[in-house]
Amino acid sequence: MLLFTVRRVLWTVLVMFVITLLVFVIFFKTPGVDPARSLAGRNPSPQVLAEIRQQFGLDRPFPVQYLVMMKKLFITRDLVSYSNQGQRVFPEITAAAPATLSLVFGAAVIWVALAIAMGVAAAVLRGTILDPLLMIIALIGISMPVFWLGEVANLITQSKMHGTPLFSWVPPLGYTPLTQNPGLWFEGLLIPWLTLSVLYVGLYARVLRASLIEIGNEDYVRTARAKGLTEQRVLIRHTLRTSMITFVSLFGLDFGVLVGGGALLTEVVFGIHGVGYLTYQSLSNLDLPVIMATVVYGAFFIVLANTLVDVAYSWLDPRVRIS
Amino acid sequence: MTATDMAAAGGPGQSGTARPRVLPGPAARSPWAIAGRRLRHNRSAMASLVLFMLIVAISLAAPLYAHDIAHVNPFANNLNGTTVVGGHQVPIMQQGGGTLHLGETPIGPTWDMGHYFLGADNLGRDVAARLLYGGRSSLEIGIGSALICCAIATLVALAAGFFGGAVDALLSRLMDLIWAFPVYLLAISISTVLLTRANGMQIGPLHLVAGSLWLPTLIIALIYVPYVYRPVRGQVLSVVSREYVEAAIAQGASNVRLIFSEILPNVVSVVIVLFPLMIATNILTESALSFLSIGVQPPNASWGTIISDGQQLLYTRPWVSLAPGFMIVLVVLSLNVLGDGVRDALDPRAKVRRAG
Repeated sequence: MLLFTVRRVLWTVLVMFVITLLVFVIFFKTPGVDPARSLAGRNPSPQVLAEIRQQFGLDRPFPVQYLVMMKKLFITRDLVSYSNQGQRVFPEITAAAPATLSLVFGAAVIWVALAIAMGVAAAVLRGTILDPLLMIIALIGISMPVFWLGEVANLITQSKMHGTPLFSWVPPLGYTPLTQNPGLWFEGLLIPWLTLSVLYVGLYARVLRASLIEIGNEDYVRTARAKGLTEQRVLIRHTLRTSMITFVSLFGLDFGVLVGGGALLTEVVFGIHGVGYLTYQSLSNLDLPVIMATVVYGAFFIVLANTLVDVAYSWLDPRVRIS
Repeated sequence: MTATDMAAAGGPGQSGTARPRVLPGPAARSPWAIAGRRLRHNRSAMASLVLFMLIVAISLAAPLYAHDIAHVNPFANNLNGTTVVGGHQVPIMQQGGGTLHLGETPIGPTWDMGHYFLGADNLGRDVAARLLYGGRSSLEIGIGSALICCAIATLVALAAGFFGGAVDALLSRLMDLIWAFPVYLLAISISTVLLTRANGMQIGPLHLVAGSLWLPTLIIALIYVPYVYRPVRGQVLSVVSREYVEAAIAQGASNVRLIFSEILPNVVSVVIVLFPLMIATNILTESALSFLSIGVQPPNASWGTIISDGQQLLYTRPWVSLAPGFMIVLVVLSLNVLGDGVRDALDPRAKVRRAG
């Protein structure tokens, strides 16, 4: 167990190092890409370019540039935006983080609850018409682009049916901090939560159903039935409990991905000014430091989540440790 | 060994009773024929295949529709043009259409095949024609990147599984690294940087014009390689120590022959199962990147860019965004159902971890 954890942590450190290196190379060293040029504006004179290179340290050797960038990202945390001269990137990201976290946490609660309900219902109702029906609904959920679903939700709740009592409570697009007005925070996030959770409800319901059915054939479940336990008890104490191992590890990974930048599209469609929205804004004016910072921090968060999941998984299921 | 050989090998005691048995029809077929039969009997999978082929065919007919039915150029602005609705000449950009939009609103759906069936976008371009052209781009990118991705992943997996040892360790670690990198963030990073190059780029012998569809195709193909690599490598490892491979080694077969005629045919089913799912995933990824304006570049259209174009018109002309979204849902849904069918047909017990 300890050896596994140590090995896993060392691998994580290596992965993080390679990710920072890769991102740095992609953003600053791709052949033909010149950050100085994107800083300088249209048709810069060679003198201006040289000045900018010198000012931003772009003329120094590669390892120095990389180390300076890493120092700015992680130690001094004073990386500065290109397009907004003087604007520090790190405070911008920490200011945007609560919106992203609110969005992902709420969606996670909804998708876990709905997916368990749907997956269990489909597995229990196997053989009836409801099982394939639920699975078709799940499949449709998986097949929808989230940003389009968000637009459809906006169209319905903000425009077409906003006049009806059903959706008249929906506030205009945007994010209200929880500390400022909890009621408005909730109302403003409910539609984004539902939109973001649709994909995961479909995905998890399908995985859970398959896993419940597979585990239902195991010997220990038959034993549980044979000793006279009720179906309900067999389901909750035996099959569902085992299925949760896969479910929890899957959840950890997806949650990490969403917090680390995967909620970008939902944030853009609903105008929630989270970290993903920040990335999106920087995309439009090619503000490389901001994009790079959000990508690196996001990737770090995801890698960290993966490691936690792996360690938790090996703790829950000893079979994993050996491989 | 045929059934006759088996009976003959049964020993002297049984040779009198054993008659050469010819197995009945279906059982004597190749595994591929059996799988094909299973797939053909899967009605929902066949219906999805038909739907998918239909959408591919309609999208391929985009130029035909634009030139001969709608008579429009879907890539040129048409702010001063007119069209015919119910026998009257109507301007495409209408004054004061919406209270919120000062100025002009493009014409809405006419539901008339010849005249702006789905209306026009902000630049007066025919949405229906763009939808078909956009479908062509989206499908080309989806299928193209799935082909490239599966080809690369299979080759790498064959090399890793066959040579094993250090080669396997190195390649697998490399794949783990790409896997650990969040898909969207990797795509965003690469796309952003490559988009800053106005003059296109040179990758070996391949020259990419700026705005070429190859750019998103290659990026999407690259980021999903580990998702295909993992299951294929697993299959290569399980095949590489089978008796028929040993037999081929004993016959003195070269490595190339071992890999391509002994191992490859026995791992290709894994790739085939993943293929429709990869197309679906790639189309969704492409639409997301295009929506963020870092995928397909204007003047080219894809379903993602049309949704993005329609965002400003969402409340006045919702069909601009709705139509391409429905197309994506139809295509991805049909591919997912087809993928499930192919998986059930080839290996009823296989479980596929869906990428993304």
